[in-house]
Amino acid sequence: MAVTSGKGGVGKTFISANLAAALSRRGERVLVLDADLGLANLDVVLNLHPKITLHDVFTGKAELEEAILPAPGGFSVLLAGSGMVEYSRLTSEVRDQLLAIIDKVKPRFDYILLDTGAGISDVVLFAVSLADQVLVVATPEPTSMTDAYATIKVLATQQSRRAIKLVVNQVGRLGEGRTIRGQLQQVVDRYVSPLLGGPSEALKLELVGEVPTDTAVREAILRRQLLMDMLPGCAAAKAIGLLADKLLA
Amino acid sequence: MSTVELSPADLQLQVALQLLKQAGREVSVDAPAGSTPWLQAVVDALCELSSRDALTGLANRRQFEVTIAREIDRVARAGEPALVLMADIDHFKAVNDTYGHPAGDQVLKAVAAALQDCVRPMDTVARYGGEEFAIILPNCPPAFGHLVAERIRSKVGRRPVNVAPGVDVPVTISIGGAFAPQWVRSSAPLWIERADRQLYRAKAEGRNRVCLEPAAVCQVSAEEKGLLFGTSQFQDLE
Repeated sequence: MAVTSGKGGVGKTFISANLAAALSRRGERVLVLDADLGLANLDVVLNLHPKITLHDVFTGKAELEEAILPAPGGFSVLLAGSGMVEYSRLTSEVRDQLLAIIDKVKPRFDYILLDTGAGISDVVLFAVSLADQVLVVATPEPTSMTDAYATIKVLATQQSRRAIKLVVNQVGRLGEGRTIRGQLQQVVDRYVSPLLGGPSEALKLELVGEVPTDTAVREAILRRQLLMDMLPGCAAAKAIGLLADKLLA
Repeated sequence: MSTVELSPADLQLQVALQLLKQAGREVSVDAPAGSTPWLQAVVDALCELSSRDALTGLANRRQFEVTIAREIDRVARAGEPALVLMADIDHFKAVNDTYGHPAGDQVLKAVAAALQDCVRPMDTVARYGGEEFAIILPNCPPAFGHLVAERIRSKVGRRPVNVAPGVDVPVTISIGGAFAPQWVRSSAPLWIERADRQLYRAKAEGRNRVCLEPAAVCQVSAEEKGLLFGTSQFQDLE
Protein backbone atom coordinates (compact mmCIF):
# COMPACT_ATOMS: atom_id res chain seq x y z
CA MET A 1 0.00 0.00 0.00
CA ALA A 2 1.37 3.39 -0.96
CA VAL A 3 0.97 6.30 1.43
CA THR A 4 0.96 9.62 -0.41
CA SER A 5 -0.47 13.11 -0.03
CA GLY A 6 0.19 15.66 -2.73
CA LYS A 7 1.17 18.28 -0.20
CA GLY A 8 4.11 17.86 2.16
CA GLY A 9 3.90 18.30 5.90
CA VAL A 10 0.50 16.70 6.39
CA GLY A 11 1.85 13.84 8.48
CA LYS A 12 2.44 11.22 5.82
CA THR A 13 5.51 9.69 7.42
CA PHE A 14 4.00 10.04 10.88
CA ILE A 15 0.91 8.12 9.75
CA SER A 16 2.99 5.50 7.92
CA ALA A 17 5.16 4.77 10.95
CA ASN A 18 2.37 4.69 13.50
CA LEU A 19 0.02 2.74 11.26
CA ALA A 20 2.81 0.20 10.78
CA ALA A 21 3.12 -0.07 14.57
CA ALA A 22 -0.65 -0.47 14.96
CA LEU A 23 -0.76 -3.17 12.27
CA SER A 24 2.19 -5.00 13.88
CA ARG A 25 0.40 -4.93 17.20
CA ARG A 26 -2.48 -6.67 15.47
CA GLY A 27 -0.18 -9.50 14.42
CA GLU A 28 0.62 -8.36 10.89
CA ARG A 29 4.12 -8.58 9.48
CA VAL A 30 4.77 -5.05 8.25
CA LEU A 31 7.58 -3.43 6.29
CA VAL A 32 7.79 0.32 5.75
CA LEU A 33 9.82 1.26 2.71
CA ASP A 34 11.07 4.80 2.47
CA ALA A 35 10.01 5.49 -1.10
CA ASP A 36 10.79 9.20 -0.68
CA LEU A 37 14.07 8.45 -2.35
CA GLY A 38 15.35 11.98 -2.58
CA LEU A 39 14.47 13.31 0.83
CA ALA A 40 14.19 10.41 3.18
CA ASN A 41 13.02 11.20 6.70
CA LEU A 42 11.53 8.02 8.05
CA ASP A 43 14.83 7.57 9.89
CA VAL A 44 14.30 10.95 11.55
CA VAL A 45 10.78 10.09 12.68
CA LEU A 46 11.89 6.73 14.06
CA ASN A 47 15.17 8.02 15.47
CA LEU A 48 17.15 5.39 13.63
CA HIS A 49 20.73 5.75 12.51
CA PRO A 50 21.11 2.98 9.98
CA LYS A 51 24.56 1.89 8.88
CA ILE A 52 23.17 0.07 5.88
CA THR A 53 20.48 1.57 3.65
CA LEU A 54 18.75 1.04 0.33
CA HIS A 55 21.55 3.07 -1.22
CA ASP A 56 24.07 0.38 -0.29
CA VAL A 57 21.81 -2.29 -1.75
CA PHE A 58 21.47 -0.31 -4.98
CA THR A 59 25.22 0.15 -5.27
CA GLY A 60 25.89 -3.49 -4.43
CA LYS A 61 27.71 -2.69 -1.19
CA ALA A 62 25.28 -4.67 0.94
CA GLU A 63 22.74 -7.45 0.72
CA LEU A 64 19.06 -6.63 0.88
CA GLU A 65 18.75 -8.67 4.11
CA GLU A 66 21.24 -6.43 5.87
CA ALA A 67 19.26 -3.30 5.01
CA ILE A 68 15.94 -4.52 6.44
CA LEU A 69 16.04 -3.20 9.98
CA PRO A 70 13.80 -3.73 12.99
CA ALA A 71 11.95 -0.53 13.96
CA PRO A 72 10.78 0.38 17.47
CA GLY A 73 7.12 -0.44 16.81
CA GLY A 74 7.74 -4.11 16.05
CA PHE A 75 7.77 -3.69 12.29
CA SER A 76 10.63 -3.64 9.77
CA VAL A 77 11.95 -0.71 7.79
CA LEU A 78 13.94 -0.31 4.63
CA LEU A 79 15.45 3.16 4.74
CA ALA A 80 16.64 5.08 1.75
CA GLY A 81 19.63 6.86 3.25
CA SER A 82 20.78 10.31 2.29
CA GLY A 83 22.95 9.00 -0.53
CA MET A 84 19.73 8.31 -2.39
CA VAL A 85 19.38 11.94 -3.42
CA GLU A 86 21.01 10.97 -6.70
CA TYR A 87 18.05 8.65 -7.28
CA SER A 88 15.53 11.44 -7.15
CA ARG A 89 15.77 11.01 -10.89
CA LEU A 90 13.78 7.97 -11.79
CA THR A 91 16.10 6.09 -14.08
CA SER A 92 15.23 2.70 -15.46
CA GLU A 93 17.87 1.21 -13.14
CA VAL A 94 16.13 2.67 -10.11
CA ARG A 95 12.80 1.34 -11.35
CA ASP A 96 14.20 -2.13 -11.94
CA GLN A 97 16.00 -2.19 -8.60
CA LEU A 98 12.93 -1.07 -6.66
CA LEU A 99 10.78 -3.59 -8.48
CA ALA A 100 13.24 -6.40 -7.78
CA ILE A 101 13.48 -5.44 -4.10
CA ILE A 102 9.73 -5.32 -3.62
CA ASP A 103 9.31 -8.65 -5.38
CA LYS A 104 11.89 -10.18 -3.08
CA VAL A 105 10.42 -8.92 0.18
CA LYS A 106 6.76 -9.38 -0.78
CA PRO A 107 6.34 -12.99 0.39
CA ARG A 108 7.73 -12.23 3.82
CA PHE A 109 5.29 -9.49 4.82
CA ASP A 110 1.55 -9.07 5.09
CA TYR A 111 1.77 -5.32 4.56
CA ILE A 112 4.36 -3.23 2.77
CA LEU A 113 3.83 0.49 3.26
CA LEU A 114 5.51 2.71 0.70
CA ASP A 115 6.08 6.08 2.29
CA THR A 116 6.28 8.32 -0.76
CA GLY A 117 7.55 11.83 -1.18
CA ALA A 118 5.36 14.90 -1.41
CA GLY A 119 4.06 16.12 -4.72
CA ILE A 120 3.19 14.28 -7.90
CA SER A 121 6.68 13.69 -9.28
CA ASP A 122 7.64 10.71 -11.38
CA VAL A 123 9.23 8.97 -8.42
CA VAL A 124 6.05 9.33 -6.40
CA LEU A 125 3.85 8.20 -9.27
CA PHE A 126 6.12 5.24 -9.91
CA ALA A 127 6.18 4.22 -6.25
CA VAL A 128 2.40 4.47 -6.10
CA SER A 129 2.10 2.43 -9.30
CA LEU A 130 3.80 -0.47 -7.51
CA ALA A 131 1.13 -0.62 -4.82
CA ASP A 132 -2.14 -2.55 -4.82
CA GLN A 133 -3.80 0.12 -2.71
CA VAL A 134 -3.27 3.84 -2.25
CA LEU A 135 -3.81 5.73 0.97
CA VAL A 136 -3.99 9.49 0.51
CA VAL A 137 -3.28 11.58 3.59
CA ALA A 138 -4.94 15.00 3.71
CA THR A 139 -5.69 17.61 6.32
CA PRO A 140 -8.72 19.94 6.41
CA GLU A 141 -6.51 22.81 5.20
CA PRO A 142 -7.63 24.08 1.77
CA THR A 143 -4.12 23.75 0.31
CA SER A 144 -3.85 20.14 1.46
CA MET A 145 -7.29 19.32 0.11
CA THR A 146 -6.49 20.89 -3.25
CA ASP A 147 -3.23 18.94 -3.52
CA ALA A 148 -4.90 15.73 -2.38
CA TYR A 149 -7.54 16.25 -5.04
CA ALA A 150 -4.87 16.88 -7.70
CA THR A 151 -3.12 13.66 -6.65
CA ILE A 152 -6.36 11.68 -6.74
CA LYS A 153 -7.11 13.07 -10.20
CA VAL A 154 -3.70 12.10 -11.57
CA LEU A 155 -3.87 8.62 -10.05
CA ALA A 156 -7.32 8.05 -11.53
CA THR A 157 -6.49 9.33 -15.00
CA GLN A 158 -2.90 8.14 -15.35
CA GLN A 159 -2.89 4.93 -13.32
CA SER A 160 -6.52 3.92 -13.78
CA ARG A 161 -7.17 3.82 -10.04
CA ARG A 162 -10.85 3.32 -9.32
CA ALA A 163 -10.65 3.10 -5.52
CA ILE A 164 -8.53 5.31 -3.33
CA LYS A 165 -8.40 5.27 0.47
CA LEU A 166 -8.39 8.53 2.36
CA VAL A 167 -7.25 9.37 5.86
CA VAL A 168 -7.84 12.87 7.15
CA ASN A 169 -5.18 13.99 9.61
CA GLN A 170 -5.40 16.91 12.06
CA VAL A 171 -9.19 17.08 12.20
CA GLY A 172 -10.59 19.56 14.71
CA ARG A 173 -13.55 17.37 15.60
CA LEU A 174 -14.63 13.85 14.78
CA GLY A 175 -16.85 13.73 11.72
CA GLU A 176 -14.81 16.35 9.90
CA GLY A 177 -13.13 13.54 7.94
CA ARG A 178 -16.50 12.46 6.59
CA THR A 179 -17.30 15.98 5.47
CA ILE A 180 -13.96 16.27 3.68
CA ARG A 181 -14.36 12.92 1.97
CA GLY A 182 -17.81 14.08 0.84
CA GLN A 183 -16.43 17.31 -0.58
CA LEU A 184 -13.63 15.51 -2.42
CA GLN A 185 -15.98 12.82 -3.71
CA GLN A 186 -18.38 15.46 -5.00
CA VAL A 187 -15.67 17.15 -7.09
CA VAL A 188 -14.36 13.76 -8.23
CA ASP A 189 -17.85 12.74 -9.40
CA ARG A 190 -18.26 15.95 -11.31
CA TYR A 191 -14.82 16.44 -12.86
CA VAL A 192 -12.80 13.20 -12.67
CA SER A 193 -15.15 10.27 -13.14
CA PRO A 194 -16.52 11.62 -16.47
CA LEU A 195 -12.92 11.46 -17.80
CA LEU A 196 -12.76 7.77 -16.94
CA GLY A 197 -15.59 6.66 -19.20
CA GLY A 198 -18.99 5.61 -17.93
CA PRO A 199 -20.52 5.33 -14.47
CA SER A 200 -19.11 1.83 -14.01
CA GLU A 201 -15.64 3.37 -14.11
CA ALA A 202 -16.36 5.97 -11.43
CA LEU A 203 -13.67 6.63 -8.85
CA LYS A 204 -14.62 5.90 -5.27
CA LEU A 205 -12.96 7.52 -2.27
CA GLU A 206 -13.12 5.48 0.90
CA LEU A 207 -12.59 7.23 4.22
CA VAL A 208 -10.57 4.78 6.28
CA GLY A 209 -9.75 7.05 9.19
CA GLU A 210 -9.56 10.47 10.73
CA VAL A 211 -6.88 11.47 13.19
CA PRO A 212 -7.64 14.38 15.54
CA THR A 213 -5.26 17.22 16.24
CA ASP A 214 -3.57 16.14 19.46
CA THR A 215 -0.75 17.81 21.39
CA ALA A 216 0.65 14.32 22.02
CA VAL A 217 1.45 14.02 18.32
CA ARG A 218 3.69 17.06 18.39
CA GLU A 219 5.39 15.77 21.49
CA ALA A 220 6.00 12.31 20.02
CA ILE A 221 7.46 13.84 16.86
CA LEU A 222 9.75 16.14 18.85
CA ARG A 223 10.89 13.21 21.00
CA ARG A 224 11.26 11.16 17.84
CA GLN A 225 9.17 8.37 19.27
CA LEU A 226 6.22 6.45 17.97
CA LEU A 227 2.98 7.83 19.32
CA MET A 228 1.70 4.26 19.61
CA ASP A 229 4.56 3.48 22.02
CA MET A 230 4.67 6.76 23.89
CA LEU A 231 0.99 7.43 24.55
CA PRO A 232 -1.09 4.54 23.18
CA GLY A 233 -4.16 5.84 25.00
CA CYS A 234 -4.28 9.33 23.51
CA ALA A 235 -6.97 10.30 21.01
CA ALA A 236 -4.68 10.33 17.95
CA ALA A 237 -3.16 6.93 18.80
CA LYS A 238 -6.64 5.45 19.23
CA ALA A 239 -7.66 6.88 15.87
CA ILE A 240 -4.66 5.25 14.19
CA GLY A 241 -5.65 1.99 15.88
CA LEU A 242 -9.10 2.34 14.34
CA LEU A 243 -7.49 3.03 10.98
CA ALA A 244 -5.56 -0.26 11.28
CA ASP A 245 -8.75 -2.11 12.25
CA LYS A 246 -10.56 -0.66 9.25
CA LEU A 247 -7.78 -1.71 6.87
CA LEU A 248 -7.80 -5.25 8.25
CA ALA A 249 -11.57 -5.56 8.25
CA MET B 1 53.60 8.28 -12.40
CA SER B 2 55.27 10.94 -14.49
CA THR B 3 53.45 13.04 -17.03
CA VAL B 4 54.39 12.26 -20.60
CA GLU B 5 54.27 15.06 -23.13
CA LEU B 6 51.65 14.16 -25.72
CA SER B 7 52.95 14.08 -29.23
CA PRO B 8 50.34 13.74 -31.98
CA ALA B 9 52.95 11.93 -34.01
CA ASP B 10 52.65 9.00 -31.57
CA LEU B 11 48.91 8.69 -32.13
CA GLN B 12 47.40 6.33 -34.66
CA LEU B 13 44.87 8.58 -36.37
CA GLN B 14 44.54 6.94 -39.78
CA VAL B 15 41.27 5.20 -38.98
CA ALA B 16 39.76 8.32 -37.44
CA LEU B 17 40.77 10.53 -40.36
CA GLN B 18 39.53 7.98 -42.86
CA LEU B 19 36.19 7.87 -41.07
CA LEU B 20 35.86 11.66 -41.11
CA LYS B 21 36.82 11.81 -44.78
CA GLN B 22 34.20 9.22 -45.67
CA ALA B 23 31.56 11.15 -43.74
CA GLY B 24 32.52 14.29 -45.65
CA ARG B 25 33.78 16.03 -42.53
CA GLU B 26 37.40 16.54 -43.32
CA VAL B 27 39.29 18.54 -40.74
CA SER B 28 39.85 22.05 -41.99
CA VAL B 29 41.50 24.16 -39.35
CA ASP B 30 43.99 26.96 -39.74
CA ALA B 31 46.75 25.02 -37.99
CA PRO B 32 49.40 22.53 -39.10
CA ALA B 33 48.47 18.86 -39.02
CA GLY B 34 49.72 17.37 -35.77
CA SER B 35 49.45 20.60 -33.77
CA THR B 36 47.24 20.79 -30.69
CA PRO B 37 44.56 22.98 -32.37
CA TRP B 38 44.44 20.52 -35.26
CA LEU B 39 44.11 17.60 -32.87
CA GLN B 40 41.30 19.42 -31.07
CA ALA B 41 39.53 19.88 -34.41
CA VAL B 42 39.84 16.14 -35.09
CA VAL B 43 38.35 15.30 -31.71
CA ASP B 44 35.55 17.83 -32.21
CA ALA B 45 34.74 16.40 -35.62
CA LEU B 46 34.66 12.87 -34.20
CA CYS B 47 32.31 13.97 -31.41
CA GLU B 48 30.05 15.65 -33.92
CA LEU B 49 30.09 12.53 -36.09
CA SER B 50 29.24 10.26 -33.17
CA SER B 51 26.20 12.35 -32.30
CA ARG B 52 24.63 12.18 -35.77
CA ASP B 53 22.50 9.58 -37.48
CA ALA B 54 24.44 8.35 -40.51
CA LEU B 55 21.49 8.16 -42.89
CA THR B 56 19.49 11.29 -42.09
CA GLY B 57 22.09 13.55 -40.52
CA LEU B 58 19.72 14.20 -37.60
CA ALA B 59 20.80 13.88 -33.99
CA ASN B 60 21.08 10.19 -33.16
CA ARG B 61 19.68 8.35 -30.17
CA ARG B 62 22.80 9.02 -28.12
CA GLN B 63 22.63 12.76 -28.71
CA PHE B 64 18.89 12.72 -28.05
CA GLU B 65 19.42 11.16 -24.63
CA VAL B 66 22.00 13.79 -23.69
CA THR B 67 19.66 16.58 -24.83
CA ILE B 68 16.56 15.28 -23.08
CA ALA B 69 18.43 14.82 -19.81
CA ARG B 70 19.57 18.45 -20.01
CA GLU B 71 16.05 19.58 -20.82
CA ILE B 72 14.61 17.72 -17.83
CA ASP B 73 17.12 19.53 -15.67
CA ARG B 74 16.04 22.90 -17.07
CA VAL B 75 12.36 22.14 -16.60
CA ALA B 76 12.99 21.12 -12.99
CA ARG B 77 15.08 24.20 -12.22
CA ALA B 78 13.38 26.90 -14.25
CA GLY B 79 9.86 25.52 -14.60
CA GLU B 80 9.88 26.22 -18.31
CA PRO B 81 7.34 24.24 -20.29
CA ALA B 82 8.89 21.70 -22.64
CA LEU B 83 7.30 19.35 -25.12
CA VAL B 84 8.50 16.04 -26.49
CA LEU B 85 6.99 14.75 -29.71
CA MET B 86 7.37 11.22 -30.99
CA ALA B 87 6.68 10.92 -34.71
CA ASP B 88 6.37 7.69 -36.65
CA ILE B 89 6.02 7.21 -40.40
CA ASP B 90 2.69 5.53 -41.21
CA HIS B 91 2.83 2.16 -42.98
CA PHE B 92 6.58 2.40 -43.46
CA LYS B 93 6.95 -1.35 -43.81
CA ALA B 94 4.70 -1.22 -46.85
CA VAL B 95 7.03 1.35 -48.45
CA ASN B 96 10.00 -0.97 -47.93
CA ASP B 97 8.07 -4.00 -49.15
CA THR B 98 6.64 -2.27 -52.22
CA TYR B 99 9.49 -0.08 -53.40
CA GLY B 100 12.54 -1.65 -51.74
CA HIS B 101 14.85 -0.52 -48.96
CA PRO B 102 16.68 2.20 -50.94
CA ALA B 103 13.29 3.85 -51.44
CA GLY B 104 12.61 3.45 -47.73
CA ASP B 105 15.88 5.23 -47.02
CA GLN B 106 14.86 8.08 -49.29
CA VAL B 107 11.56 8.42 -47.45
CA LEU B 108 13.42 8.51 -44.12
CA LYS B 109 15.70 11.25 -45.45
CA ALA B 110 12.82 13.29 -46.83
CA VAL B 111 10.85 13.07 -43.59
CA ALA B 112 13.96 13.97 -41.59
CA ALA B 113 14.52 17.05 -43.75
CA ALA B 114 10.88 18.10 -43.44
CA LEU B 115 10.96 17.74 -39.66
CA GLN B 116 14.18 19.69 -39.35
CA ASP B 117 12.71 22.34 -41.59
CA CYS B 118 9.75 23.21 -39.41
CA VAL B 119 11.33 23.59 -35.98
CA ARG B 120 13.33 26.37 -34.34
CA PRO B 121 17.14 26.21 -34.12
CA MET B 122 16.88 25.54 -30.38
CA ASP B 123 14.76 22.41 -30.95
CA THR B 124 16.29 18.98 -31.35
CA VAL B 125 15.09 16.57 -34.01
CA ALA B 126 16.47 13.07 -33.58
CA ARG B 127 16.10 9.76 -35.28
CA TYR B 128 14.94 7.69 -32.33
CA GLY B 129 15.05 4.35 -34.09
CA GLY B 130 13.80 2.75 -37.31
CA GLU B 131 11.11 5.02 -38.70
CA GLU B 132 10.51 6.78 -35.40
CA PHE B 133 11.66 10.34 -34.75
CA ALA B 134 11.76 12.33 -31.53
CA ILE B 135 11.59 16.09 -31.24
CA ILE B 136 12.42 18.07 -28.12
CA LEU B 137 10.90 21.54 -28.00
CA PRO B 138 12.24 23.56 -25.06
CA ASN B 139 10.26 26.53 -23.81
CA CYS B 140 7.16 25.54 -25.75
CA PRO B 141 4.02 26.97 -24.10
CA PRO B 142 1.23 24.38 -23.75
CA ALA B 143 -1.07 26.56 -25.84
CA PHE B 144 1.24 26.20 -28.85
CA GLY B 145 1.96 22.48 -28.57
CA HIS B 146 -0.80 21.29 -30.82
CA LEU B 147 -0.12 24.00 -33.37
CA VAL B 148 3.54 23.05 -33.69
CA ALA B 149 2.84 19.33 -33.91
CA GLU B 150 0.11 19.90 -36.47
CA ARG B 151 2.43 22.06 -38.57
CA ILE B 152 5.01 19.27 -38.59
CA ARG B 153 2.44 16.62 -39.49
CA SER B 154 0.96 18.60 -42.38
CA LYS B 155 4.38 19.59 -43.71
CA VAL B 156 5.39 15.95 -44.06
CA GLY B 157 2.09 14.93 -45.63
CA ARG B 158 1.99 17.81 -48.09
CA ARG B 159 4.46 16.48 -50.62
CA PRO B 160 4.94 12.86 -51.77
CA VAL B 161 8.52 11.59 -51.82
CA ASN B 162 10.01 10.93 -55.22
CA VAL B 163 11.84 7.61 -54.85
CA ALA B 164 12.51 6.87 -58.51
CA PRO B 165 11.82 8.63 -61.82
CA GLY B 166 8.05 8.87 -62.04
CA VAL B 167 7.51 7.12 -58.68
CA ASP B 168 6.08 9.35 -55.95
CA VAL B 169 5.26 7.79 -52.61
CA PRO B 170 2.72 9.58 -50.45
CA VAL B 171 4.00 9.75 -46.86
CA THR B 172 2.19 10.63 -43.66
CA ILE B 173 3.26 10.58 -40.04
CA SER B 174 1.49 10.12 -36.73
CA ILE B 175 2.61 12.26 -33.83
CA GLY B 176 2.23 11.78 -30.08
CA GLY B 177 3.38 14.31 -27.53
CA ALA B 178 3.61 15.08 -23.83
CA PHE B 179 4.76 18.08 -21.83
CA ALA B 180 7.33 17.61 -19.07
CA PRO B 181 5.79 18.20 -15.66
CA GLN B 182 7.00 21.67 -14.74
CA TRP B 183 9.19 22.19 -11.66
CA VAL B 184 9.42 18.45 -11.26
CA ARG B 185 12.52 16.37 -11.81
CA SER B 186 11.06 13.93 -14.25
CA SER B 187 12.87 11.14 -16.01
CA ALA B 188 13.58 10.66 -19.68
CA PRO B 189 12.07 7.16 -19.93
CA LEU B 190 8.78 8.25 -18.36
CA TRP B 191 8.53 11.41 -20.43
CA ILE B 192 9.16 9.46 -23.63
CA GLU B 193 6.75 6.76 -22.51
CA ARG B 194 4.01 9.35 -22.06
CA ALA B 195 4.61 10.78 -25.52
CA ASP B 196 4.79 7.25 -26.94
CA ARG B 197 1.43 6.40 -25.42
CA GLN B 198 -0.06 9.35 -27.31
CA LEU B 199 1.65 8.14 -30.48
CA TYR B 200 -0.06 4.77 -30.08
CA ARG B 201 -3.32 6.62 -29.61
CA ALA B 202 -2.72 8.59 -32.83
CA LYS B 203 -2.02 5.31 -34.65
CA ALA B 204 -5.07 3.63 -33.18
CA GLU B 205 -7.31 6.54 -34.09
CA GLY B 206 -6.43 6.14 -37.74
CA ARG B 207 -2.91 7.54 -38.27
CA ASN B 208 -1.84 10.82 -39.95
CA ARG B 209 -2.85 12.78 -36.86
CA VAL B 210 -1.56 14.43 -33.71
CA CYS B 211 -2.42 13.35 -30.18
CA LEU B 212 -1.06 15.28 -27.22
CA GLU B 213 -1.47 14.21 -23.61
CA PRO B 214 -4.25 16.30 -22.08
CA ALA B 215 -2.18 18.83 -20.15
CA ALA B 216 -4.79 20.03 -17.69
CA VAL B 217 -4.92 16.73 -15.90
CA CYS B 218 -2.88 17.60 -12.84
CA GLN B 219 -4.11 21.15 -12.57
CA VAL B 220 -7.07 22.04 -10.47
CA SER B 221 -9.33 24.58 -12.12
CA ALA B 222 -11.14 27.41 -10.37
CA GLU B 223 -14.49 25.64 -10.83
CA GLU B 224 -13.12 22.49 -9.24
CA LYS B 225 -11.84 24.51 -6.31
CA GLY B 226 -15.18 26.30 -6.07
CA LEU B 227 -17.02 23.01 -5.79
CA LEU B 228 -14.39 21.54 -3.46
CA PHE B 229 -14.82 24.34 -0.96
CA GLY B 230 -18.55 24.67 -1.39
CA THR B 231 -18.79 28.42 -1.36
CA SER B 232 -16.87 31.37 -2.70
CA GLN B 233 -15.19 31.94 0.66
CA PHE B 234 -11.86 30.71 -0.64
CA GLN B 235 -11.77 32.87 -3.71
CA ASP B 236 -9.24 35.12 -2.02
CA LEU B 237 -6.75 32.27 -2.20
CA GLU B 238 -6.57 32.38 -5.95
